[in-house]
Amino acid sequence: MTPKPASGSLQRKEVFAAWIFLAPALIALLLVAFWPLARTFYFSFTNATLDDPSIYDFIGWLNFTEIARDAQWWRAVGNTVLFTIVSVVLETLLGLGIALLLNQALPGRGALRAAILIPWSIPVVVSAKIWEWMLHDQFGIINNLLIGLGLVEHGIAWTATPSLVLGVVIFIDVWITTPFMVLLILAGLQTIPEEIHEAALVDGVPSWKRFWSITLPMLRPAIGVAVLFRALDAMRMFDLSYILAGNNERTMTISIYARNQLISFQETGLGSAASTWVFFVIALVAVLIIGALRLDRSTTAGR
Amino acid sequence: MASVSLNQVSKSYGAVDIIRAVDLAIADGEFVVFVGPSGCGKSTLLRLIAGLVPVSSGDISIADEDMTEVPASKRGIAIVFQSYALYPHMTIARNIGFALETSGLGKPEIKAKVTDIARMLKIDHLLGRYPRQLSGGQRQRVAIGRALVRQPKVFLFDEPLSNLDTDLRAEMRVEIARLHEELGTTMVYVTHDQIEAMTLADRIVVLNEGRIEQIGTPQELYRQPANQFVAGFIGSPRMNFVAGALLGEKARGATTLGVRPEAIRLVPAEEAHVSGTLLRLEDLGHEHLAYVEIARDITWTVRLAAHPDRERGAMVGLGWAEEALYRFGTDGRAVA
Ligand SMILES: Nc1ncnc2c1ncn2[C@@H]1O[C@H](COP(=O)(O)OP(=O)(O)O)[C@@H](O)[C@H]1O
Ligand SMILES: [Mg+2]
Repeated sequence: MTPKPASGSLQRKEVFAAWIFLAPALIALLLVAFWPLARTFYFSFTNATLDDPSIYDFIGWLNFTEIARDAQWWRAVGNTVLFTIVSVVLETLLGLGIALLLNQALPGRGALRAAILIPWSIPVVVSAKIWEWMLHDQFGIINNLLIGLGLVEHGIAWTATPSLVLGVVIFIDVWITTPFMVLLILAGLQTIPEEIHEAALVDGVPSWKRFWSITLPMLRPAIGVAVLFRALDAMRMFDLSYILAGNNERTMTISIYARNQLISFQETGLGSAASTWVFFVIALVAVLIIGALRLDRSTTAGR
Repeated sequence: MASVSLNQVSKSYGAVDIIRAVDLAIADGEFVVFVGPSGCGKSTLLRLIAGLVPVSSGDISIADEDMTEVPASKRGIAIVFQSYALYPHMTIARNIGFALETSGLGKPEIKAKVTDIARMLKIDHLLGRYPRQLSGGQRQRVAIGRALVRQPKVFLFDEPLSNLDTDLRAEMRVEIARLHEELGTTMVYVTHDQIEAMTLADRIVVLNEGRIEQIGTPQELYRQPANQFVAGFIGSPRMNFVAGALLGEKARGATTLGVRPEAIRLVPAEEAHVSGTLLRLEDLGHEHLAYVEIARDITWTVRLAAHPDRERGAMVGLGWAEEALYRFGTDGRAVA
């Protein structure tokens, strides 16, 4: 007997075992992710309605073109993109700043690290309601404070003033998710060996240069992953806007738009097409960000 | 180039004293090696000199200037770590030249300096690569290059070769010795490797529990250890000890006696100072190590040039020249 076939059968056994171990996860994914997704794609080519989804005709790309011609869809896209960019940028900057602070040997650092997680651990609905009350134009503590300080004369209707409401949504999102950024960036900071900083310190490299040329580049993978997670999360944001402002055009996200088509207008076909759009928009953003990360990695690795 | 002097330097973390009242004067251009058991404070002492940790009390001066309160970046020192601590996202060239980028030098001058240093360390063919593409020995050369480029007054090394395998270690040891000869810069070097300490040092500082046990040339420490700790620490395999009482009148009142493994010969029973059971023989090729139990739970090591031709379990007699015997008093200090 030559060893070749033996090792071949061993390999086959390993491959088989691998599939066995993967199977539960794959089956779960097929059921809860792939199946609904496939149904959504399917319905997006039909004129089905919610009151009787079993009666429908295939209408080709009509749903997609109708959505592409809907001004409200494009407003929702604009809101979503604006919300994503502004909130992720703010969260990243704040997260970086707070993580750098928490990485110092401050007294009570452990307690601070735990405390910072609180906003993130509260369910979004609860946070949104808390802030809604705090921002209430008559009974809210924020207006109360502002009036008390003499900064405004009458309470500001934060969530009812069209020009303010998207800002309020962004503000609350920043409050909720900055801790997540802090956590990921802090983890990244702690992977940078102390001695690298010390070597630069001893060599007389000034602190701004140590930050720009050592800390920040070495944090890039951590920040990249955090931005990816946050951006994908922000692109499909639904709850915060919906709780604070319902169907307000100023805060309507693409997820809310899809929900409206599906539930409010009972248009299963249109709603499915909108959902499919949401899926592809998010997939595109994911591919772009991941591509950017890979690109960065290959420039540090390459040459 | 500069002298370094420590005056009553102490360091405590909370209630724990790590460095206790250390006095040390390092001459300009001297190569001083700190040795001592793990956790005795070698790295801490080096970091105190570097200014990476502040002293709890005492003064540090470099080139006759008081540096106690001067930040690490202004002390004119460079440090090489065991972990190399290279910047992983920068090319080797940038790693070496990084500290010069903010020194006011132009790009061409930096490049010229980096190339010079790289050539000196034989890493000029690696300049375009990244640290992770280099072997351990090459990385340590880069770390040394990075330290060299600023022409520091004092070089600090914290176990720079401990991550390397034996061959590379020997090669880098020679390299560091050559650098010291060529540059003549003051060097302070931490190691737990006897060979590095013995071969590189002008003077060795033996540390134990944050205190200096003895300072001296390698020969002084080997021949005239000030106390039992130094006697046991310098020399490999370590010195054999036995309670004075066991040797009776040869002890001349000493509490503990010591003999180095290389000073012992196998002798016939009637000439033996002590005798014992041969427990084990190790053949190292160029020498043999014999382990002899001379009393219950006291096993001595004997270094032999040739195979002793005795079976395991045999009784062997051990002898040595009178001047090879070290005597220590109750406090562990050497006595005449
Ligand atoms: N930042 C610190 N805080 C508290 N204890 C420390 C700190 N740094 C070192 N030590 C303690 O100081 C002692 C000496 O450490 P070190 O100088 O690294 O020893 P060595 O380098 O000789 O092995 C050790 O017991 C270590 O635990
Ligand atoms: Mg150490």
